[in-house]
Amino acid sequence: MKIAITSGKGGTGKTTVAVNLALSLGEVQLFDCDVEEPNCNLFLGLDLEKVEDVLCPYPLIDSDKCTLCGVCADFCRFNALAALPRKVLVFPSLCHGCGGCRLVCPAEAVQEESKSLGIIEKGMSGNSPDLYRGLLNVGEGMATPIIRALQRHIDPERPAIIDSPPGVACPVLAAVGNADYCVLVTESTPFGFHDFKLALEAVKLTNIPFGVVINRDGLGDSRVEEFCRAEKVPVLLKIPNDRRIARLYSEGVPFVEEMPGWKEKFAGMFEAIKSKVDPGTVKA
Amino acid sequence: MRICVTSKGKSLDSVVDPSFGRCAYFVVVDSESGSVESLVNEGVDAAGGAGIRAAEAIANLEAEVLLTGSVGPNAFSILSEVGITVWVGVNGTVKNSFREYLEGRLESISAPNASVHEGMK
Repeated sequence: MKIAITSGKGGTGKTTVAVNLALSLGEVQLFDCDVEEPNCNLFLGLDLEKVEDVLCPYPLIDSDKCTLCGVCADFCRFNALAALPRKVLVFPSLCHGCGGCRLVCPAEAVQEESKSLGIIEKGMSGNSPDLYRGLLNVGEGMATPIIRALQRHIDPERPAIIDSPPGVACPVLAAVGNADYCVLVTESTPFGFHDFKLALEAVKLTNIPFGVVINRDGLGDSRVEEFCRAEKVPVLLKIPNDRRIARLYSEGVPFVEEMPGWKEKFAGMFEAIKSKVDPGTVKA
Repeated sequence: MRICVTSKGKSLDSVVDPSFGRCAYFVVVDSESGSVESLVNEGVDAAGGAGIRAAEAIANLEAEVLLTGSVGPNAFSILSEVGITVWVGVNGTVKNSFREYLEGRLESISAPNASVHEGMK
């Protein structure tokens, strides 16, 4: 079973929930899909090793075969090719790697080269969850191929906790879209509530069952809870706005390791989620 | 010589558009014959690569000179590749910019003078 942890607003506690949930369950895999700023390992401190370069193909034009017909450039939605009077120029940074130019070229003049988008790393230790994380190259715009490559390491025999990036765009849908359940983390501040409603709209598009974790509960007001009650969105867990939790966070310590009773609460949330996911629909 | 001006409209009396990649039209004036033609910029609403699309279009119009306001790095590399010279500082109408070019009052650039996505701002 795959559980994705997401939010609209950044800094609401996705990584806190993902890491503490993973540590409360034992035999799980944790996937840090926030590939622009993967933070899970700040809590876990595992030694990481590179397991994969994530590559994206881009076209290379064989000028001996190219007839300058321009079909490739017409086809490209990302304008990564320019068909000029005497040659076709390629702009690899705009290419999304779909390979369409190669398919449509009537002269078989399009070959493939590849560029690096980032890497995937793995960390393991006896008493921690197995961690996989993606790391997007600085300045690179395409996060989704890395998020997809990360999810190819999911072991269907074990629960997978997927820490999503924040927001409502492609990387979030890539992280959440293949999950069996989605946990939306929010806080009841004007900022948290505003972005929570946006994230909710995005998650509804996926038709995945979802519930809410309210982080820093007690901060702000009660509008998130009132909204969830009115919209019949289940609130799975409330993490209080507690000085000790905040201090452990600031020291990079997962609070379930230091505060009694919390592993049970996270494990209880996991059981509640499991009961809501139809075993017949669990995605491979 | 074929001279291309980026414009908000189709004619010599149209107001110039200083954004190269996201201008509405290209107006091409043939300085020998005096003929004028215009072409819609198909890349105006592109999510990205508008400058590439625009540079490709005017290269295929066989323009030799471009009069505009700003050109980004991707577009500039195409214009250099095909040997189109770029002059910036257009203002007023297409006709006015054409005249200022002939009088030597526009500035020639040998490197891009805008960043990528400048025209989206």
